[in-house]
Amino acid sequence: MADSFSITTEAIDPESLKRALETGDAGACATFEGWVRNLNEGETVDALEYETHAAIARTEGETVIAEACRKFPILKAHGVHRVGKLEIGDCAVWVGVSSAHRGAAFDACRYIIDEIKHRLPIWKKEHYRKGATTWINCATEASGEPPTAG
Amino acid sequence: MTIEVTARYFAVFRERAGCETEAVSTLSRTAAELFGEVADRHGFADARDRCKVAINGALASWESALENGDEILFFPPVAGG
Repeated sequence: MADSFSITTEAIDPESLKRALETGDAGACATFEGWVRNLNEGETVDALEYETHAAIARTEGETVIAEACRKFPILKAHGVHRVGKLEIGDCAVWVGVSSAHRGAAFDACRYIIDEIKHRLPIWKKEHYRKGATTWINCATEASGEPPTAG
Repeated sequence: MTIEVTARYFAVFRERAGCETEAVSTLSRTAAELFGEVADRHGFADARDRCKVAINGALASWESALENGDEILFFPPVAGG
């Protein structure tokens, strides 16, 4: 599935991405958008910074899409992750799937976003209103518990 | 016998190490051994099983053998989405 997954520094345009999933035999389309929210673990978040290894993230993303196409009876699937500095409300990640029936579209969309979050080399640094920053999921000290995010 | 490799760090590892890349002369024979070596030196706090490694641009297993001239990429716990 070459070009089925991309990394971008530009704003994600869900409408144009969705149009690329259209095909005459599709009866369902499921999409997921991950947005930057203003609160995590009780801290007010002002902005987010995503870092990646773009080539490996793209390759692994294409692998995830290919897996979804084998596991579920879907027609088209595509994913995009944005990196760089993002603000509250920005779309950070987009996944879309088209299929003949809704069940496969929902299931494949869920599979793709879950695998993207667990497998792609992408890191998220939160900038808090109080001035501190944190790398999400990374330990802050030798005995520290890593901060988490949904 | 030591080998010469390049270690490359990302996100919190880069900040802890204070550099993006460094040349390392090492007796380590696997990616896991080298991770232990650089994690001790730079004070990386994340357990290895929550991290990932890539060698020469492709994801690899921690048991991969290192060769002279390899570039080893150390990825802290990921947080996409």
